[in-house]
Amino acid sequence: MSRLAAKFEELAQTGRKALIPFITAGDPRPDFTLPMMYAMVKAGVDVIELGVPFSDPMADGPVIQRASERALDHKMSLRRTLEIAAEFRKTDQLTPVVLMGYLNPIEAMGYEGFACAAQRAGIDGVLTVDLPPEEAEEYSALLTTRGIDPIFLLAPNSSDERVRKMDAAGSGYIYYVSLKGVTGAGHLNIADVENKLRQIRANTRLPVAIGFGVKDAQTAKTIANLGDGVVIGSALISKIEANLDDPDQAKNEIVELLASIRQALDC
Amino acid sequence: MTEKYNMPDERGHFGPYGGIFVAETLIPPIQELNAAYHQYLKDPEFIAELDADLKHYVGRPSPLYHAERWSRELGGAQIYLKREDLNHTGSHKINNTVGQALLAKRMGKTRIIAETGAGQHGVATATVAARLGLECVVYMGSVDVARQSLNVYRMKLLGAKVVAVESGSKTLKDALNEALRDWVTNVDNTFYIIGTVAGPHPYPAMVRDFQAIIGRESKQQCLEATGRLPDALVACVGGGSNAIGLFYPFIEDNSVKMYGVEAAGDGIATGRHSAPLSAGRPGVLHGNRTYLMADDDGEIIETHSISAGLDYPGVGPEHAWLKDTGRATYVDITDSEALEGFYALTRMEGIIPALESSHAMAYAMKLAPTMTKDETIIINLSGRGDKDMQTMAKREGIEL
Repeated sequence: MSRLAAKFEELAQTGRKALIPFITAGDPRPDFTLPMMYAMVKAGVDVIELGVPFSDPMADGPVIQRASERALDHKMSLRRTLEIAAEFRKTDQLTPVVLMGYLNPIEAMGYEGFACAAQRAGIDGVLTVDLPPEEAEEYSALLTTRGIDPIFLLAPNSSDERVRKMDAAGSGYIYYVSLKGVTGAGHLNIADVENKLRQIRANTRLPVAIGFGVKDAQTAKTIANLGDGVVIGSALISKIEANLDDPDQAKNEIVELLASIRQALDC
Repeated sequence: MTEKYNMPDERGHFGPYGGIFVAETLIPPIQELNAAYHQYLKDPEFIAELDADLKHYVGRPSPLYHAERWSRELGGAQIYLKREDLNHTGSHKINNTVGQALLAKRMGKTRIIAETGAGQHGVATATVAARLGLECVVYMGSVDVARQSLNVYRMKLLGAKVVAVESGSKTLKDALNEALRDWVTNVDNTFYIIGTVAGPHPYPAMVRDFQAIIGRESKQQCLEATGRLPDALVACVGGGSNAIGLFYPFIEDNSVKMYGVEAAGDGIATGRHSAPLSAGRPGVLHGNRTYLMADDDGEIIETHSISAGLDYPGVGPEHAWLKDTGRATYVDITDSEALEGFYALTRMEGIIPALESSHAMAYAMKLAPTMTKDETIIINLSGRGDKDMQTMAKREGIEL
């Protein structure tokens, strides 16, 4: 059983919801990411999504775009992101790490080269934003045979047929994009998410993590209860952006926010 | 090359290129667009309306002009110019926006978005949106807003909202990113009119089909003028819509050589250029797999060209395929060579070309002398140079 599958099974058995933070590797500096990952584990997160910076992040809002730009200014890359993940894995064997990014850096490395490197780095899942399952057959097979879960997105306008397609093509969990828009957008509608989750549940048995537009503990709790977990990204990165001169302060504020969400989720 | 050419396949592949590489939220609108496009492509009423618009609104057919004086001067092949610069709004871009806007109307969309580099596609989009009474938002890199201010003003006059994009390199690719973000946010009422043969399927095929009128007319006009097919076609390639529009109807005519001219900027060796086919590598950007300008880590490299319309790190996937199969040849022309082409056409024929089209002129100046006087070259004069007057005056140290 993959580390992700085991994690979601454990959560289901204890009746808890997954807390999944997203940060961009190398933002604001390459040496920030590894200690941040450890601190997030201490704050009680279940899975870490590590963003691979890309020059053209088409699905991201301004906050994560700027995070990508800061990381790229420090020459962060897919290769260096994998190095950080490998370093993390040396001392943490339990927390699943999911890479989230765009296809072109993976194309540049080559699918097989990437799958091998990701396996060596102890990566558990890969979410490639601009790669729908129709184009992913060869790629997913290379990941799956190495015990890495290909994770796909669903959107508010996804049909039943799309949900079944993701169910067949993906593993680990499904990432439900809770609104039509880019990451960090502000118009989350809880009732819409609730309705959509009913449709998704009817068509897949994979765990569903919900993200996009989650900013505080209360929303996180409400959203998480509709699925199996909640992803929080732009709200964390905003803390980095607000404290560019003081990364320690950013780290403290991120830990504080995640701890408050953890508490809200568990009570 | 094969005798029968029927690219792309039903999922938009030109060999290994093309396809649909987008975030999940865009899959439903792309499926909806694909269905509508295939339905109306075969709808006689739609075709009749499109043809009437192209004739009475755009001003087609555009002339195929024999540049006799320039041909004589170059001392080789006879040069014919396909006068897309004479279209309404001043470039070939309107052929496509008229078609896509009619589709948008049929699909009940009330809001149009577009990206633009030089501003020609933005103007052509704002124009058709004004005519149909549709809301229009055009995304344009802030660098391009500064160097193409005349077109920005034209778009605003036409009622469009022009959004200056400040992210990334602040040029065409970033305008495309921002337009995709808008589309993802407003999928229900919004139609995205992509201006070139890039983007996810069906855009590369659809834009090609709307632009192919350039090649169909050229073929007929050339037969009328010379009694035979041309020997060579020359067109500039940024995303590649004017080139594919000219090339496509000739693909199965193996005797016709095709030359796509990329922008070499300061020169390929300097790295400051916009020539992915000449000096790039395959990758995935903006919804399709194609040749890209990217570094070893797969990050997109900033491009450079004197012409905003060619300043793009990718190229239409069909050009990638035509390159790999050898059916078309891709060459490159530097900024300074393009300027020579610009001045040559202006002074020899009294026609001021766009800086984009000037790249094609400059290559024809190299090609024509290597051919005989009874051979024929058709160059796509894809746009007129009015929009570039400020850039040119500034280079000459003149304040307008």
